[in-house]
Amino acid sequence: MPEADSNAQTIAHSDAMIEIIGMHKWYGTFHVLKDINLTVNRGERIVVCGPSGSGKSTLIRCFNRLEEHQRGKILVEGMELTSETKKIETIRREVGMVFQHFNLFPHLTVLENCCLAPIWVGKQSRRDAEKAATRFLERVKIGDQAKKYPGQLSGGQQQRVAIARSLCMNPKIMLFDEPTSALDPEMIKEVLDVMVDLAEEGMTMVCVTHEMGFAKKVADRVIFMDEGQIVESNAPGEFFDNPQNERTKLFLSQILDH
Amino acid sequence: MHEFEKHPDLPPPTSQMGVVGWLRKNLFSSIPNSIMTVIALYLLYLTIPAMVEWALINADWVGSSREACSSDGACWVFIYARINQFLYGFYPVEEQWRVNLGAAIFVVSLLLLVIRGVPGKAWIGGFTLLIFPVIAFFLFSGGIFGLEKISTSNWGGLMLTLILSTVGIVAALPFGILLALGRRSDMPIVRALCVSYIELWRGVPLITVLFMASVMLPLFLPSGVNFDKLLRALVGIALFQSAYVAEVVRGGLQAIAKGQSEAAASLGLNYRKTMALIVLPQALKVVIPGLVVTFIELFKDTTLVSIISLFDLLGIVQSALTDPSWLGFAIEGYVFAGLLYWVFCFGMSRYSMHLERRFETGHKGS
Ligand SMILES: Nc1ncnc2c1ncn2[C@@H]1O[C@H](COP(=O)(O)OP(=O)(O)O)[C@@H](O)[C@H]1O
Ligand SMILES: [Mg+2]
Repeated sequence: MPEADSNAQTIAHSDAMIEIIGMHKWYGTFHVLKDINLTVNRGERIVVCGPSGSGKSTLIRCFNRLEEHQRGKILVEGMELTSETKKIETIRREVGMVFQHFNLFPHLTVLENCCLAPIWVGKQSRRDAEKAATRFLERVKIGDQAKKYPGQLSGGQQQRVAIARSLCMNPKIMLFDEPTSALDPEMIKEVLDVMVDLAEEGMTMVCVTHEMGFAKKVADRVIFMDEGQIVESNAPGEFFDNPQNERTKLFLSQILDH
Repeated sequence: MHEFEKHPDLPPPTSQMGVVGWLRKNLFSSIPNSIMTVIALYLLYLTIPAMVEWALINADWVGSSREACSSDGACWVFIYARINQFLYGFYPVEEQWRVNLGAAIFVVSLLLLVIRGVPGKAWIGGFTLLIFPVIAFFLFSGGIFGLEKISTSNWGGLMLTLILSTVGIVAALPFGILLALGRRSDMPIVRALCVSYIELWRGVPLITVLFMASVMLPLFLPSGVNFDKLLRALVGIALFQSAYVAEVVRGGLQAIAKGQSEAAASLGLNYRKTMALIVLPQALKVVIPGLVVTFIELFKDTTLVSIISLFDLLGIVQSALTDPSWLGFAIEGYVFAGLLYWVFCFGMSRYSMHLERRFETGHKGS
């Protein structure tokens, strides 16, 4: 992605890709995120884990304002997220997101799924968009399925298409929300392999996942969330071998021992 | 130890039912089924031969006056003698080529739109929706380019039925979609306006709308301002129909998972593009059957315009029945009108089934 790289250099005055300062969020009266402070640096790989309902999805959905926060600040590339529509759209172009249930567009072919945003948002020509999309589809090892519809693919293949679709916008950061938890066990590896490749190429990533093998392999930092708070944040070696907080220990014992 | 052996793929068993097997399986599989079959056959025996005899065997086909109808079968001579009026109303015969030309252009554009693989569909669609109505209006009503002016009060018959329903359908679809989107908007004022509009129009019968458009509206307009009666009916029908379209489309919008618009938004698509490219194509696909049902209803409901003395197909057939020289052929008239309505409605319904199959891409949105 040569364009993305040159862009990155021009605004490389700060190393923080995402900065979250004292952020709170409520669903109605339910205080779902409490005083979140977090910085994601350029090129950093962060894994977020924690029990179900602890607010992991909500947190990363705040990064591209699929959810609105009520207090505190979120800065993406130095730009503050407010209710300003233009700004939100600009930020969403730079932030890729992969969902648990893939959310591919079922009425479009795999190739059309990938070309849609580059053509309609990125203002690329159809030819350029298709060329780039083909390259990304080959990178996630699914180039031969370009003419099929999502419904004709397996879950693992669909998730890889979803990753390629995000990559087609040349995002500066990728968010993953439990990308493998809707998959049959034999398909988890093919998706994780793609994510590991991506991490090794230097993509900035925030992954909500319980795949601890993945965390140990690529994460620079592992964050543990519980009841809407960041309980612990540490390098994977420390995090797994020497957890500080009781709740982290309990959680780790639950997902690692069996 | 048992060696694992791969079993070869076998062809599926062939069924060897034949005609008798099929009959036994489908028509006489059980005692109640057999009884139903016998009753149905008896009812068919009672009605079909008599009908065929009346409509085909004993019918009178040739001639030009009622004297030709001497048998006790149907008198199709009556239809034949009046066919021009049934199709064009009181549109002057020597000017009817204009209607035919307009219809031909419309049919050709529709075919080009419907046939797969024709290039430039966006342009053809734009032409059909935006330019063709203007052409058709001037072609039919004249008063320009040396075409004789023909008042809309002379338009009638099948021509009028088709104009009323196509304009009603075509105008109501975009408006109804906007209303459905408005009803789901985040903005409370927009939402309230759309809800009131939809509920207002769905709460009144079409016949009232037509009556208001024709009788009451002129009372409210300043004197001297005079809308064409047909135009008023068209506006009334389009506004009425759009409320129904809106409710059908809303059902489709609700059926599309939130993940779809979230995925689109996360790629940077704005609200308009998300709706136009992702949500509406899927939602409209879901509601094709519902939309066609409302269109078929509208097509049949256009007969109500006779209340404001516009002569659509049914209206003109009815008025022909009162012609003293053709008294007593009501059944033929109604059968003919019914047959024409059926052909169009059946056509729409089949086409909608075809569309549903064609848009099937394997899976619903997750
Ligand atoms: N749209 C919503 N409205 C109300 N409550 C919600 C909504 N989405 C999530 N929640 C609640 O917020 C909490 C955190 O949810 P979520 O971020 O999805 O957790 P996680 O991803 O860690 O499992 C849960 O208790 C959930 O029930
Ligand atoms: Mg979650």
